[in-house]
Amino acid sequence: MRKSLITILLAGLVIGLSGCQFKPVKEPGEEGEQATQAEQEGRYGVVEGGPLDITALDDPNSPVAKRVVYFPLDSVEISMEDRDTINAHARLLSSNPDVAVVLEGHADERGTREYNLALGERRAKAVEQLLVLQGVGQNQIQVISFGEERPVALGHDEEAWRLNRRVEFLYSGY
Amino acid sequence: MLKKILAIVTLSLALVSPSHAVLTIEITQGVSGASPIAIVPFAWVGNGAPPQHMHAIVAADLQRSGFFQPLPEQDLVARPHDAKQVNYTNWRALNVDHLVVGRMQAMPDDTYQIQFQLLDVYKQTQLAGYSFRSRKADLRRTAHQISDIIYKTITGQPGAFDTRIAYVTVTQNAKKEKSYRLAVADSDGHNEQIVYESKHPLMSPSWAPDGQRLVYVSFSRGRPEIYIQNIVTRQFERIVAFQGINSAPVFSPDGSKLALTLSKDGNPEIYILDLATKKLSRVTRHYAIDTEPAWMPDGNAIVFTSDRGGSPQLYRVAVNAQGATGRAKRLTFEGGYNARGAVSPDGRYLAMVHREKGRYRIAVQDLKAGHFRILTDARLDESPSFSPNGSMIIYATEDNYRGVLAAVSVDGRSQQRLSLRTGDVREPAWSPFKSRQ
Repeated sequence: MRKSLITILLAGLVIGLSGCQFKPVKEPGEEGEQATQAEQEGRYGVVEGGPLDITALDDPNSPVAKRVVYFPLDSVEISMEDRDTINAHARLLSSNPDVAVVLEGHADERGTREYNLALGERRAKAVEQLLVLQGVGQNQIQVISFGEERPVALGHDEEAWRLNRRVEFLYSGY
Repeated sequence: MLKKILAIVTLSLALVSPSHAVLTIEITQGVSGASPIAIVPFAWVGNGAPPQHMHAIVAADLQRSGFFQPLPEQDLVARPHDAKQVNYTNWRALNVDHLVVGRMQAMPDDTYQIQFQLLDVYKQTQLAGYSFRSRKADLRRTAHQISDIIYKTITGQPGAFDTRIAYVTVTQNAKKEKSYRLAVADSDGHNEQIVYESKHPLMSPSWAPDGQRLVYVSFSRGRPEIYIQNIVTRQFERIVAFQGINSAPVFSPDGSKLALTLSKDGNPEIYILDLATKKLSRVTRHYAIDTEPAWMPDGNAIVFTSDRGGSPQLYRVAVNAQGATGRAKRLTFEGGYNARGAVSPDGRYLAMVHREKGRYRIAVQDLKAGHFRILTDARLDESPSFSPNGSMIIYATEDNYRGVLAAVSVDGRSQQRLSLRTGDVREPAWSPFKSRQ
């Protein structure tokens, strides 16, 4: 767990730096390959993208149209694809300092309720950390955990669990 | 070795007064070594039908404990209601160890006089005999008190039939709107009362040692905050609402403090809150998740869940009013997930949620001898809570993906299930003995 936190911090730093002025740093191995693929698809552009206007929240084709990121079991690791989503939100928030976001952390039904409440918060804070590293003001972010109490998928299988281990971006009025 | 009886015995209990039976109980695993006992229907002196079938309530209680095997009513060879009428030879022939006889009489002031005798069939003596005066509304409770006397007289241990359970129910209406309720019922699931209702999630109910108040977490203001509510007056008070999570509250054994989890300082840590002075003392300091505190019965230590070792495990730390007085010591080493500890009233056993092959079960560890035993075998068992006499553990499980409650004896011999008619029922908390005074 400690290792994964450090990984996220490092990854956040890398993205944060690249978000400022540098080209994305490619990591060796699988993750580097993924990044290259993402780059080819043009998705990586968001890292270097300029400010995002608040109206992007109403645009279904905007990168901030995606308002949820997902996590592995008992983990706060964020996938490369979800980092793109977080980066897009960071652009929006850092260029609109009066816009606030609520990061709502959730867990799947497995494991104990109180531990899952803590896990949901840890996930939301991992996302918060990435946003702050990219210049989003702490005062723009509110973290709330619902643990396993508010599942979006009501099933009891791997797919439902995957959808429930999430952090949602909630913008007031959008 | 004991042979498990897998036949499902549905108790007649639910049929006695279905209007109040919101939870129904079935014995899913009985014990062949249980002591045979005959409970004769009490003689009824009054007009019409008796207001309660006392013998059926007592028989159901004793059967649920796993220690007794009540004789089916149709096998009763005679129906005495007084020791003087008993022909012991007949009962010995049925291999019955004990016999319960009694009578109930309607009194002119709308109360009922109930008397019963517990008889030893082999020694042909009376082991206990009591007389009660009850109002109609209290008759079920009187039956549970009779069960407690029988249980204590024969096993030497106090019974926990005249106690209650608190739990959370979740139902959904046609518009898919959820309703969360905090409920309290008798230990057999009858007399359910809704204490608090909200459309927002509600979790972690736990009893005060006075048996009159519950502490719980409500999301009624959009985030997890801690409330204490009196179940008689229904008055509640918000106790803790810091930034971040406010969760997992449990009363100290003397009732003066709460142990709880707060993330106000960055990540979840255990604190002790003095309820009189509102002073907070921090117990844990670690970047890992620390949560789910449970007090040792002497109030001098707290067991909690932490993933500081890489996976959730249970730890114990000595505490006083100022916080921790020593280093946390890891207690569990079996498997990669042990969480939400519950300590037995005598401090000997630690119940927990234990993951094995992706399934979550209730397990118990003997804190003295170190033995570890998995008690349940479903997919998603959680929220263990000891009965106040320490003999049973009530927990949440599921039946066809619906939340139900179940109870298992600490030795794993006896199991039972409590189902709600609709919706989910979860997070049971067994009351202390004092819940009814």
